[in-house]
Amino acid sequence: MSTPKKVLSRVEELQRLAAEAGIDISDEIKKITEKVDEGSASTRAWQRVELARNPDRPRALDVIANICDDFIELHGDRHFGDDPALIGGIGFINGIPVTIIGNQKGRNLKETVARNGGMANPEGYRKALRLARQAEKFHRPIITLIDTQGAFPGLGAEERGIGEAIAVNLREFSQLKTPIICIIIGEGGSGGALGIGVGDKIYMLENAVYSVISPEGYASILLRDASQAKNAAGKMKITAEDLLEMRICNGIIAEPKGGAHVDPAESSRLIKEAVVRDLEDLMPRNPAVLVRYRNQKIRKFGHYTEE
Amino acid sequence: MSDKTPCPSCKSELDAASLKANLLVCPSCGHHFRMEPKDRIAYLADEGTFSEFCKAMRSLNPIEMDGYEEKLSEAARKSNLDEAVITGTCEIEGMPVVLALMSFSFMGGSMGSVVGEKITRAILKGVENKCPVIVYATSGGARMQEGIFSLMQMAKTASAAAELDREGLPLFVVLCDPTTGGVTASFAMLGDVAIAEPGALIGFAGPRVIEGTMKQTLPTGFQRAEFQLEKGFVDIVAPRKEQRDLFVKLLKAHRPASGDKKGGAA
Repeated sequence: MSTPKKVLSRVEELQRLAAEAGIDISDEIKKITEKVDEGSASTRAWQRVELARNPDRPRALDVIANICDDFIELHGDRHFGDDPALIGGIGFINGIPVTIIGNQKGRNLKETVARNGGMANPEGYRKALRLARQAEKFHRPIITLIDTQGAFPGLGAEERGIGEAIAVNLREFSQLKTPIICIIIGEGGSGGALGIGVGDKIYMLENAVYSVISPEGYASILLRDASQAKNAAGKMKITAEDLLEMRICNGIIAEPKGGAHVDPAESSRLIKEAVVRDLEDLMPRNPAVLVRYRNQKIRKFGHYTEE
Repeated sequence: MSDKTPCPSCKSELDAASLKANLLVCPSCGHHFRMEPKDRIAYLADEGTFSEFCKAMRSLNPIEMDGYEEKLSEAARKSNLDEAVITGTCEIEGMPVVLALMSFSFMGGSMGSVVGEKITRAILKGVENKCPVIVYATSGGARMQEGIFSLMQMAKTASAAAELDREGLPLFVVLCDPTTGGVTASFAMLGDVAIAEPGALIGFAGPRVIEGTMKQTLPTGFQRAEFQLEKGFVDIVAPRKEQRDLFVKLLKAHRPASGDKKGGAA
């Protein structure tokens, strides 16, 4: 029996005893059951966070290798350099040329260092925009594979305008006259994820998470205790189910039992299936109409009242 | 009333009334104190021309975060504001503009659904009225209590900025102390002309976060307005008392051409 279930069975026992003694403890019981619910919500959310961050989880380049018949990686932002944390290029999916852009985390310690843990600098976002405009020019759909803790919070990133780079991507991706499919394959961390996350369709892998700040960041800022990350994860609504329910994402792509890392080939097959289905749906559409719908959808995000 | 306020920069003891008369700028060293939207309106807009819109818009609690409603009421009470941004139309030297003015006093100027929606509508009001939009930005970033909805406000405001672009109408942004996080990484960095108040902290990641990453102390002046000017992310660092004149000139330079409904000189 799981720990929360054990607690609940004791609660039932307590209720029975209290009833026998004629004591009303319903308020106290309600508090306990709420705590148990919260606890299991954070356990569920935290399991997802751990799976999303699993070092063996397939990375963008693994997914690309599996879903493409062929892939040509293209480099550089044409102004400053090439950012290995954000990769891109031209791929063929069932013979259809597409532009793929993705955050690339490392697959081992050495690569993690080389790729800055998948945390991109401004030149990464500018490369992404260059490749996206190139895709528009040559009528290729765009697929983005999102998997980052966030943009790199470094000195050079600030000097070279990381805020401006992301802002421009948000504006420009909203206007690109070509279909854009965004898939959060692991961690969707804040503005760094959104910088390649504006599109016509947003998908999340079953165990991916997407949030405005990391659970650790939320815990240390709002709960003033960084060790409360697991608790924060339960409150923040960051799982694929949460985002589907809030209509931020359009759908969830299933993962093999145990997570994508258990069977990367099967996970990629499921991603490819979703991508091909959407390409067939989006490619025949009038680009101007596509852009209009995309922006209408973006403008609807938010909850407020005007009464 | 002879309330004395110490200047955080030069430590001069400043008389509250004369400080206010000097647009909340220290007469000794030029330190710019934070300024509330109503004071900026009084300074910028032709008298009696400001007309607020979306005043009644209020946040809901989209991810049912504990204590958020209380936090909002407390912020409203403490700041005497409805939300972290005030939006409206006005005239400057008889030229119509849309104004959006943020306040750091309301939950650190954080952007949730209401801030995002009001900024978006302000920008789209510019499209509707075919006039320029001026945004005074100040923010600690996204409002975490609204979770992913806060993040999406970045995309929303940027999409509105794109529409203003398409119509050939200008967006002027004044970056005030501090402007960071999701506001920097969206509409605040999308101005056709980017103006900064002297000394304002402007960046994406906060200085403490960067220090944590780099494991070193940051150089003096890092991420300040003058630094951003040097790095090329700000067009002009404009002292407060010069901002109105600057806008008069900029608005004259961006008047819609007659007979051209797309308007604008952009």
